[in-house]
Amino acid sequence: MVFLDFEKPLENLYNQLDKIKQVGEQGDIDVSESIQELEKKISNLRKEIYSNLSGWQKVQLSRHPERPYSLFYIRTIFKQFVELHGDRCFKDDKAIVGGLANLDGNTVVVIGHQKGVNTKMRQYRNFGMANPEGYRKALRLMKMAERFNYPIVCLIDTPGAYPGIEAEERGQAEAIARNLFEMAQLTVPIVCTVIGEGASGGAIGIGLGDRVYMMENTWYSVISPESCSSILWRSWDYKEQAAEALKLTPEHMFDFGLIDGILKEPLGGAHTAPEEMAKILKRNIKKAISELSELSPEDLVDARINKYRAMGNFARKKTTVTQSK
Amino acid sequence: MGWFKRLKDGIITSTKDKKEAPDGLWYKCERCKEASTQKEVKENFHKCPKCNYHIRIGSHDYFELLYDNGKFFELFTDLLAEDFLEFTDLKPYDQRLEKAREKTNLDDAITVGIGKVAKKPLVIAAMDFTFIGGSMGSVVGEKIALAIDYCIDNKTPFMIISKSGGARMMESAFSLMQMAKTSAKLSQLAKKRIPYFSFLTDPTTGGVTASFAMLGDINFAEPEALIGFAGPRVIKETIKRDLPEGFQTSEFLMEHGFLDFIVDRQDLKAKIAELLCFF
Repeated sequence: MVFLDFEKPLENLYNQLDKIKQVGEQGDIDVSESIQELEKKISNLRKEIYSNLSGWQKVQLSRHPERPYSLFYIRTIFKQFVELHGDRCFKDDKAIVGGLANLDGNTVVVIGHQKGVNTKMRQYRNFGMANPEGYRKALRLMKMAERFNYPIVCLIDTPGAYPGIEAEERGQAEAIARNLFEMAQLTVPIVCTVIGEGASGGAIGIGLGDRVYMMENTWYSVISPESCSSILWRSWDYKEQAAEALKLTPEHMFDFGLIDGILKEPLGGAHTAPEEMAKILKRNIKKAISELSELSPEDLVDARINKYRAMGNFARKKTTVTQSK
Repeated sequence: MGWFKRLKDGIITSTKDKKEAPDGLWYKCERCKEASTQKEVKENFHKCPKCNYHIRIGSHDYFELLYDNGKFFELFTDLLAEDFLEFTDLKPYDQRLEKAREKTNLDDAITVGIGKVAKKPLVIAAMDFTFIGGSMGSVVGEKIALAIDYCIDNKTPFMIISKSGGARMMESAFSLMQMAKTSAKLSQLAKKRIPYFSFLTDPTTGGVTASFAMLGDINFAEPEALIGFAGPRVIKETIKRDLPEGFQTSEFLMEHGFLDFIVDRQDLKAKIAELLCFF
């Protein structure tokens, strides 16, 4: 098990538990009572820690090395999944995966950022940081979904679009902008869920949808707390403050009206019970798609654009304060 | 023979490296360091008369250059940014706003005008870098959305002059959503077959490039402007090597297929007038 810094008290209890279990295995003494007591302590402490997580702690959880990534959810949720590759222009981006999937008898197109599960795979997946070809592959698949009238499911989990020389040469900005422009007009339902990190343009590049949800221990922001700290505080040391100031938690995002709902995670985070998390995600996706399928394509597009049209917060002169959403 | 020997030869600083020029009368070029009078610079379309460096100018300077006789109406003047997140880094956001308003005499980083360019109506939304780095927050997004509605209602072509560091961090996710909002609105404009010109000036980066700035029916830029998604410093830190010369300039973007042309500021009005004839 991997423990984050704020989980240290938990780690201590787990260590105690291990020791007691060892003693128990040696025979002689009956330890079942102490084990029970410790397990109860652990469960209470976990509840206590997790009932009041800070912004930065959610950022840490969203990056937990054992956290499930897109492909895990895709393989668990869908009966069938055929991965499709390539943007038909340049390359196949490994940081974004996508393909046709069967959601309890109905076809959907699923697209998601993908991080690697170990050091080698993390490099292979470029740490979930997509290049322009990733966004173009996503768009190609979304256009196909539209043609065959399949709903689109997007899973968001990226520390940002890749900032590299080649990415700039091939138009990282254009690729993201084009996706936003095209996704606004797609005539099929788009359901997005932030399953980990939701950093900036890299996230929203596949994140404009009729419904956008966030899992409980994730974040969504215009910039990562580290970069924000380095730019505004001119030092990397203020990431905790930046995480608070950015109000990047699902609870804030929901209060602001920028997302449509929060998916509760198993206590301790999605990685403690990935199968259960997948079930929750699946249930939510199905519900959203079935609601959105009621709408005509025109109404769907209008509602989508109006939703984003209303996002913004400003005052009007003559001291009348308006909040557009 | 004198009693003293001169060790250094007179004044060795050449005139062009001389610091401090009195304000108001003289302009010292940031690039070639040559001095010219303010009058010369203004008459030269706010470019250095010696090296043609395009000096960064504001929304009202562009309006004056582009609209016939410098005449235009400003639209949507009642919007004000607000510190609704109570965002504080080294300084509270509301103080930054106040200071920016005082310094620039502007309400926010974008100004929308309607007027005629070579007798044809055009709505121009021009950004001001001097207002918190031309950053895009809720007000910028809303003004662009309103301008697009205006263009749809009046069947008027639309142009944005981008000059921005990107999304405004102090409005966090709200700023991010302006990328989606402006792009979605532009898709409506496109559906109505109303032309949109995107004019990119120094600098245009981040969330602004990754939304409306790259979405023009026609994209064009001033010479040698910095245009990119990630800032050069971020890329350098990520890849840990030096960036090639000319990286992320207008010329670089044109070479890679993202701009239709590059236009010198003195030809800008004629070029736009020419474009408008086709629509």
